[in-house]
Order: sequence, then C-alpha cells, then structure tokens
Amino acid sequence: MQPILEIKNLQVGVDTGKSVQSVLDGVSLQLFPGKTLGVVGESGCGKSMTALATMGLLPDRFSVTGGSIILAGEDLLAAKPSRLRQLRGNALSMIFQEPMTALNPVLTVERQITEVIELHQKKSSAEAREIALEMLRAVQIPGPEERLIAYPHELSGGMRQRVMIAIALACRPKVIIADEPTTALDVTVQAQIFRLLRDLQMQTETAIMLITHDLGAVAEMADDVAVLYAGKCVESGTVEAILGAPAHPYTRGLMSCTPRLRLGAAANDPQAEGLGEIPGMVPPLGRFPKACRFAPRCALADARCHAEQPPLVDTAPGHSALCWKTSPEKAVA
Amino acid sequence: MPRLVKKLASAIGLLLAVVVLNFLLIQLAPGDPVSVIVGEMGGASEDLIAQMRAEYGLDKPVWLQLLIYIGKICTGDFGFSYYFKQPVLDLILQRLPATILLVITALITAVILGTLMGIFSARKPKGVLSHFVTIFSLVGYAAPVFWTGLMLLIVFASIFPIFPVSGMMNVRGNATWYGAVFDVLHHLVLPAVTLASIYVATYSRLSRASMLDVLGSDYIRTARAKGLSERRVVFGHALRNGLIPVVTMIGLQFGQLFAGAVLVETVFNWPGLGRLAYESILRRDYPTLLGILFFSAILVMVANILTDLAYGKIDPRIGGRRRKKARPAGARP
Repeated sequence: MQPILEIKNLQVGVDTGKSVQSVLDGVSLQLFPGKTLGVVGESGCGKSMTALATMGLLPDRFSVTGGSIILAGEDLLAAKPSRLRQLRGNALSMIFQEPMTALNPVLTVERQITEVIELHQKKSSAEAREIALEMLRAVQIPGPEERLIAYPHELSGGMRQRVMIAIALACRPKVIIADEPTTALDVTVQAQIFRLLRDLQMQTETAIMLITHDLGAVAEMADDVAVLYAGKCVESGTVEAILGAPAHPYTRGLMSCTPRLRLGAAANDPQAEGLGEIPGMVPPLGRFPKACRFAPRCALADARCHAEQPPLVDTAPGHSALCWKTSPEKAVA
Repeated sequence: MPRLVKKLASAIGLLLAVVVLNFLLIQLAPGDPVSVIVGEMGGASEDLIAQMRAEYGLDKPVWLQLLIYIGKICTGDFGFSYYFKQPVLDLILQRLPATILLVITALITAVILGTLMGIFSARKPKGVLSHFVTIFSLVGYAAPVFWTGLMLLIVFASIFPIFPVSGMMNVRGNATWYGAVFDVLHHLVLPAVTLASIYVATYSRLSRASMLDVLGSDYIRTARAKGLSERRVVFGHALRNGLIPVVTMIGLQFGQLFAGAVLVETVFNWPGLGRLAYESILRRDYPTLLGILFFSAILVMVANILTDLAYGKIDPRIGGRRRKKARPAGARP
C-alpha cells in the first residue's frame, strides 16, 4: 500500500540567536489511508514539532532544515505558502491538545465550522451550515441545532473537542494530525472521543497521526507506532510488535511507567512489579548526547553506547529500533 | 433588561455624588464671583457687595445653598450665569454640540488610527514599522496637548495655511448647507488631530500588546491550521479578541478626553463646553461651571454605559446568557 503521508529524514532546527540547534534529527514516518499511526514519547521529545512541521505551522524561529514531507505525492516543504493554505484544513487538518483554548471565544460554533467549508469547498453559507450541522451530528453532539449557535464557553470540554473534530473533518481530509486530543479530558470522555475518531476513520478512510504520551491510547487506537526520543525516532513498527516485544530500552521504560489496574489476587501478588520509572529527563535542546541520545538514562548502556551512533536494527519485518543493544537474533529469540 | 436598569440607578446615585462634591470643592477654592465682578467694576462699597451677595444667595450657609441647588437641578434649572447673563442651561446647550463633535471625532480618529498602528506593529514586532509606531506613540503621548496644538497651528495654519487658525465656522457664513458642513469639517481637522494625538499613543500601545498576546494564542493557531489567509486570521479571528481591552480603555478615557478638550478648545478657540469651562473658571462663574461639570459627568456615564453594552456585544462571555432560540435547520437569520 502507498503511504498517503510520508515524512522522510525530517530535520527541524531552532535559531537561538547564536546558533541553530537541532530539534528533530532525521524523523521518518509513514501514514497509510484508513490507518492510525501512534507517535509516542515524553514531553519535549519532538512529537508536536513533527506535527507542526507537517502542517507548516512551526513557531517563530523554528524551521525545517532538511528532509521531505510528502502528502499524496506532493512535497509540502517545496510548496508555496498559498498552496499550503489550500491544503491546510482541507486535505490535511489538525486537532489540537487544548479544546478549552483552541476555539475562538468570540465566534459561534457555526462560524468556526462553516468558515473552513466555505473557504475550501466554495459552498454558499446556507450549504455550509447544512454541512456543519451534519458534522455536529457525525461527532454525536447532543442538540446540534442549539450547539451551532452556541459560543465555545457555553460547551463542556468534551463537546468542544467534538467541535474541533468536526472542524478537522469538515472537508474530509486525507490526513488528520491529532495532537494529544484527549489529554485535557475526563477518562470516560477520552474513550468516547477515541471511539468517535475510529468510527469516522472507518467511514472516510482518513489516515490519523495520533500524538500522545499515553500508551493505553496507542493500544486502543493505533495500527502502527513510532517512538520519538530527543528528536529522533528510536523505534517503529506495528502496534502488536512494539507493545508486544518492545526492542528499544526507552520503549520498555515507557511501558513500565504505564500504570495497570490489578484487582483481587493479582493486587496481592508479590511477584507483580511496581510502577517503573525512567531516571533523569529528556535532555534540553542543544545538549543532546553525541552518540546514543538515550544512553545517559539507559540501564543497559555501555562504553560503545556513549561513544558511537547506534544503528537502525530491523528486529522483525517492519519493526526497527535505533539501538546497540538490540540485535535481530535477540528479538527473534 | 434589568442590567441596564441597575446601571441607570447607579448612574443617578453617582450623578448626585458628583453634584455634591463639585459644589463643595468650588466652595473650598479661594475667591468668589462677587469679588471678580467688583474687581472688573473697579471697586464698590461694602453695602453694594453685601447686596450683590444677597442677590446671588451667597450670604446663605453652604449646606442651604447646596440644598437649594440640588432642588433646582431636579426641576431642570441650572441657575443663571453671573458673567454671561444667560440661563446656564441655554449656555450649555449652545456649546454642547461643538464639544461632542470634537470629542467624538478625536476619539474615533484615535481608536481607528491607534488600533491599526497597533495591529501592524504586532504583526512584525521587530520590524522598522513597529519601531516607528513606538517612537511616534511615545512622542504623541509625552508632548503636552496644548503644545501639540500650538505646533500644528504654526505649521498648518501659519507656515502652510491649509487649515483655519481658530473657531468653528467662517465668520462670513456659508451660502449652502454642504458649504457649511465642509466649513465645520475644515475647522475641525486641527483640533481633532491635536486631541487625538495623545490617545493614538494609548490605543496603539494597548492594541499592540493585546494583539501580540492574541496572535500567540491557541485559537489563532487553529485558524491558521484551517488554511485561512493571514489577513483573515488577523481581521477575522484576532482583531475582535484584541479589541476587548481597547474598548475598556475607551470607557475609562472618555472623562480624560473632556479634560483634554478644555485645553484644545482654548488653543483653537473652539466654541465648546471646554472653552466655556475655562472662561467660567477665570470669572468664578460657579453656576456655569457646576452646570458644565454636571453635563460632562452625564456624558461620561453615557459613554461608560455604551462601553459596557459594546463589551457584551464583542465578548459573548461577558454578555450574559443569550436568549436567542435555536433556529430551525436551513434557516438563516
């Protein structure tokens, strides 16, 4: 299958005034139609930067310094700003993390949805309103007619995120980037939003890039997973491969940090391991180690890990990790 | 509209406080109208002075004078001007339109010009234009308003006689009504620009800060992610949010604008309330002065109520619960 969105060797730098520091270093990702790619990692590892670079919405002083981002055969990095504007919100849309602040407080829900339809699909305002209403029904908002004339502050967090999803889906995009879409929401609402996204994806064959630090969400939603650490993609593969047999020590660390609910006999099982942690924190920009970036926090690291760049090892077909300590044989064993 | 009723009730209370305070403040000031009149007459006997004091009611105790004054105001009688020998109300109503014209023109000029300057400098905060706006604003803000007025007079009425030096109309009169309108506008330019000059600075600084803040917000990123053009992002999404502090400032500054009008009207010989206030202070013409203060207070209060209403229109979060009913699908308002 052809990927609909392919990010190849993406490099992003930030101009600090004195020098250009690397933020993303050679991130490569592939999204397929109707599939979800989970992008995981701690805060500051470059997940959101990957998303914003793809949208062409990098903040001031940040810029793409290398690589390519290809959407349906078209290189976005070579596209003119006017062409990018045509694609944004249309073929490529984004759901942001904070539904509380991502909607304009002084515009009605109707205006915020119809605007994108009128812009990209050249519909009259009456037609756009019909589509907006349809979208609100699709995202299962109760009382869609009333919500249409409401302002964001009159809606709950879950409803606002549904409105955001309605905006993102309004033009039937080929790719949706969802940057931690449920982080600000209640757990029960999270599950609803994920189910909604999956249902809508099945109907529209949209590819979703789900950015999250929640491995539970990845297990629920993703078909493929990419693990980012300190601006590099350290492991990628199918969700079964990565959650079932994580090859990179960082992925294993992340998984041990995910709390599990144990009840009954399991709760008293002395064998059960407690909640893990990864010592230390993601190194700040410009202080990335020269060799393996995870080495300073890695329990397995030896002299070579601190001295040489690790290789990208294929542990199984379609599953690779950037690590000295992973070998193809080991993963099979 | 119980909110408006509440506002009006508190406005009336405030008005009463203004009357009492102004009355007492004037009593504290040295000198009285009789001494000024006597001074202009070139002296008078003690008997005549006492007779004049009795005639104007100045021999009664202060609290009684105050009660009499409040009672008369309630019947619409603002007293008789010692100096102009006219009922105060007539005097004020003759001058009021000129002041309102000047103040409103200056306000609109300052708000539009200041806001536009603020927007442009917020778009490129480090650009040349932004620095120019900052310097221009600070000079306009720092220069005393009468000095600005005199400089404009020297340049645009004396060196380059483009605008008339003083007054509101050509003394020879105008043959047609549109000639008269043009004549008034021609006379209005310099005073309005002078009065606006201080406030342009305030509004440009304020809207610059507010637009910078708004342009960095999440919903602006959402608007960009929709593929909107930069112009639509700024004017369709950012401006209305950025205007909220500007509107607050308009309400707060309306009173100061009147204070500025006193100076500007004096410099340009503009026949408004400000110059009347200046003249009645010089002549110790208390009834006229009290009347002017009373009407200024009313205008400021009206401005504040209008600001409050505008506030609710701009920011739906402040406007209280909207009572609009949901429109049936397909219907446009």
